Amino acid sequence: MSGWFLVMRAIVGREFLRFVHQRERFIAALVRPLVWLIIFAAGFRAALGLSIIPPYQTYITYQTYIVPGLCGMVLLFNGMQSSLSLVYDREMGSMRLLLTSPFPRGWLLFCRLLGSTTISVVQVYTFLGIAALVGITMPAMGYITVLPALFLAGFMLGALGLVLSSFIKQLENFAGVMNFVIFPMFFMSSALYPLWKMAESSELLRDICALNPFTYAVELIRFSLYLQVNLAAIGWVTLCTLVLGWLAIWAYDPSRGLMKRKGG
Amino acid sequence: MSDGLTVRELSFNYGPKQALKDVSFSLPRGQFCALLGPNGAGKSTLVSLLTRLLVSPKGEIEIAGHDLRRAPRKAMADLGVVFQQPTLDLELSVRQNMAYFAALHGMPLKGQREKIDAALDRLNMLERSEEKVRALNGGHRRRMELARALLHEPKVLLLDEPTVGLDAAARHSIVEHVHDLAEGDLCVIWTTHLTDEVRDTDHLLVLHQGRLLANGTTRDVRGNQPLPDWFLSQTEVTA
Repeated sequence: MSGWFLVMRAIVGREFLRFVHQRERFIAALVRPLVWLIIFAAGFRAALGLSIIPPYQTYITYQTYIVPGLCGMVLLFNGMQSSLSLVYDREMGSMRLLLTSPFPRGWLLFCRLLGSTTISVVQVYTFLGIAALVGITMPAMGYITVLPALFLAGFMLGALGLVLSSFIKQLENFAGVMNFVIFPMFFMSSALYPLWKMAESSELLRDICALNPFTYAVELIRFSLYLQVNLAAIGWVTLCTLVLGWLAIWAYDPSRGLMKRKGG
Repeated sequence: MSDGLTVRELSFNYGPKQALKDVSFSLPRGQFCALLGPNGAGKSTLVSLLTRLLVSPKGEIEIAGHDLRRAPRKAMADLGVVFQQPTLDLELSVRQNMAYFAALHGMPLKGQREKIDAALDRLNMLERSEEKVRALNGGHRRRMELARALLHEPKVLLLDEPTVGLDAAARHSIVEHVHDLAEGDLCVIWTTHLTDEVRDTDHLLVLHQGRLLANGTTRDVRGNQPLPDWFLSQTEVTA
């Protein structure tokens, strides 16, 4: 077995072990979208009005509409959770162990990203399963075709988490990420309302939402769930993943200095 | 050329503040080298540079004959490190921590268990291999980290103030054990600010305000003075 694969297996395995040890994290990650789906969305069943928008072929309930957005929410929160655990690892010292591996830093970061994204995808499928149990179902094949979309969107949001973790100096600063990254990304996207609905209240808001990479992640998931291809979403999410991935590698470059602020 | 560790004209700045200035030394294998310096001398910066957590545009580092800049994979594969700050996953068992480290170094699965057992046994930690690290005391955790740093059979072993936070017995035990290791084929660099961890026969590097103040056998460096007195006089630290 090649050393490269062994490294990947170990890092992904460690992420899974950590996840298993933190059951409350799993429950919290599920409760959050379920509250939106079952409680919040229930009151807005007819909120979309008389409108059929792609990829839907017919009128849909609001609960059906927000499922892809809530899948994105799971990925988004998990990406940030991964960022939080990277900051924790750095403060606890275990990051040093990872970074002093002889394997290239880019590969180590990719393995870490793969581990956290795989966990996110498992959580999304659990969420979709519970949604199906309460009667909110997708086309059967959609549960398969959405898999690559979930991984791509998960990579993008995980890479964003990696970039953020390199800039967050202390664990205490993480609250700022909630206020300035997670909430704006989620609310200024097509997760809760379609962009045409946003435009009804503000054209500017619609334009901002149209620039938000999270909007494209949600649309990528939405179209994939309905067995359709959204090229613009694939392009945007891929581009953002590559840019953020490159930024993460740059940020963790030793010549830039992760711990440059620490004297000796 | 040294087959252990060679540092040539190494400098490093944190912005305008110079942390290391033109540090050069060469250490062969089979030697215990104490890197002594007061707090803020630049020891941690040097450790970060040696472990590639930082990279300096000025100077060269060779680990077991491999240039850290040009051949980082080979150089890092020959380096074992015990950091000052613990780097263990408390939720995993001793064996799981060891296996994780082995994988990070790309060690093949075949024979891995035997190697882990042997490394733990050398430090009298084998009987604790299935315990969670959280259940271990500070001394055992340090021994485990030392066993882990030796698992991939490095040629150079770097320990950054490894006795911080240990009681007297655990400190004595680890100092003795690492001195024994250096009698083999290993180049050991032990950073400390405690003079009682240094023997007269050890090689001594003294770092002060980012510069190398002394480089030689402890006995030769201290002359007729006891090492603590010599160290205090040279680093202008008042007791």
